[in-house]
Amino acid sequence: MDFDLMITSFPKLLGATVITLKLLSASLFFGLFLGLSFAILRLNKNIVINKFAYGYSYIFRGTPLLVQIFIIYFGLGQIEYLRTTFLWVILKEPYWCAIIAFTLNTGAYTSEILRSAFQTIKPGIIEAGKSLGIPNKIIFYKIQIPIAIRQSLPAYGNEIILMMKGTSLASTVTLMDLTGVAKYIISTTFKPIEVFIVAGGIYLFMTFIIHNVIKYLEKKYSFQ
Amino acid sequence: MELLAFGKTGWGDELFYATLMTIAVSITAMLVGFLFALIFTPLKLSKFKTLNLVGNFYTTVIRGVPELLVIYLFFFGGSGAIMYVASIFGYFEYIEINAFITGSMAIGIISGAYSTEVFRGAIQSIDKGQFEAAKVLGISKLGQFYKIILPQMLRLAIPNLSNVWQITLKDTSLISVTGLVEIMRQSYIAAGSTRDPLFFYSFAAVLYLLLTYVSMKLINKLEVKYSRGY
Repeated sequence: MDFDLMITSFPKLLGATVITLKLLSASLFFGLFLGLSFAILRLNKNIVINKFAYGYSYIFRGTPLLVQIFIIYFGLGQIEYLRTTFLWVILKEPYWCAIIAFTLNTGAYTSEILRSAFQTIKPGIIEAGKSLGIPNKIIFYKIQIPIAIRQSLPAYGNEIILMMKGTSLASTVTLMDLTGVAKYIISTTFKPIEVFIVAGGIYLFMTFIIHNVIKYLEKKYSFQ
Repeated sequence: MELLAFGKTGWGDELFYATLMTIAVSITAMLVGFLFALIFTPLKLSKFKTLNLVGNFYTTVIRGVPELLVIYLFFFGGSGAIMYVASIFGYFEYIEINAFITGSMAIGIISGAYSTEVFRGAIQSIDKGQFEAAKVLGISKLGQFYKIILPQMLRLAIPNLSNVWQITLKDTSLISVTGLVEIMRQSYIAAGSTRDPLFFYSFAAVLYLLLTYVSMKLINKLEVKYSRGY
């Protein structure tokens, strides 16, 4: 065991954690909106809209995240037309490509989580709202969405942890996030176990925090 | 389309073999995972606190750390560990482990952590009376497990195991960083030499979709088989 290496690599890895957290928070933020929109589309009775939303979640849940990042980072640059538009400013940066890929990926999972939450809401609750004369729109925003969010908290907590682990793939498109820096230190020192313990410890600590925050929110917003 | 031709002119046959490699790695990893689950599920269900701790340590660490980091640990540390063990027995030559073995071990350990959780949940949701009735009838411990617990457990575990299989299948794409020629690595090679990454990565996505679709259909059949009588 090389404790000196563990101590000297700790601040470097901690610095890289900032990028991991940035990637995570940005993709979760955009992904939540994307997921909510697609969950609403899934509840639509129009079969074309419904199938479109299902297709989106099926494709992004059925392929590895690595393929999605590679298509966006290496693939999209190949389209000549895109290079001339303002989109190229975003798409040439690996940082934004990673965020786009993570957003699309977590959006697909979030839409499934929220859809099943919407579907488990008891019809009686909506009927009660209707019989009180509340307009449909307000029933949706003030009754259905808050209940759905509470229902989906445990599953969404898992999704946050999965996404946190997913951000490690940013290291494959040259970003120096926690895993990227860990790999760099391993390949220069050839001490994989020491670096794994430190980097893994930081990841586990983040998992622990997320897990407990979700647990607290679950308790706070429980029906009892 | 000519990019996908079989033979020397296209990448069709290369991608076909790469797909077979992905399937082979996934199945091996899944089986390695079952082996790990076989060891760690009893530990997690044990009455002894220390054994519980060992089981929980395994599932918590593996499920809380990114897959890529675990793969790097195996990729960079695998041959070192083997050489260390070999040096104890007096063998000091350089040993290089095959990328297939490193990859399926790494993915197997990850999938094992998920399988362990699935089996633990399935066993815990079997009615206590089943264990007691088996005990009263004087059935041996092994008989209890194989004839009474296992069949009931499988019915509950199969839907969740199908999720584990999907995760494992998708995780195999990460082994491409170690150089094993599976779908992702082959697409990377093809994209590099034809300068057409969009086509090859999209094709890789289609291959993965196909694999997940077919395996879903097969698992659904299994699910029907094991829920006979319910």
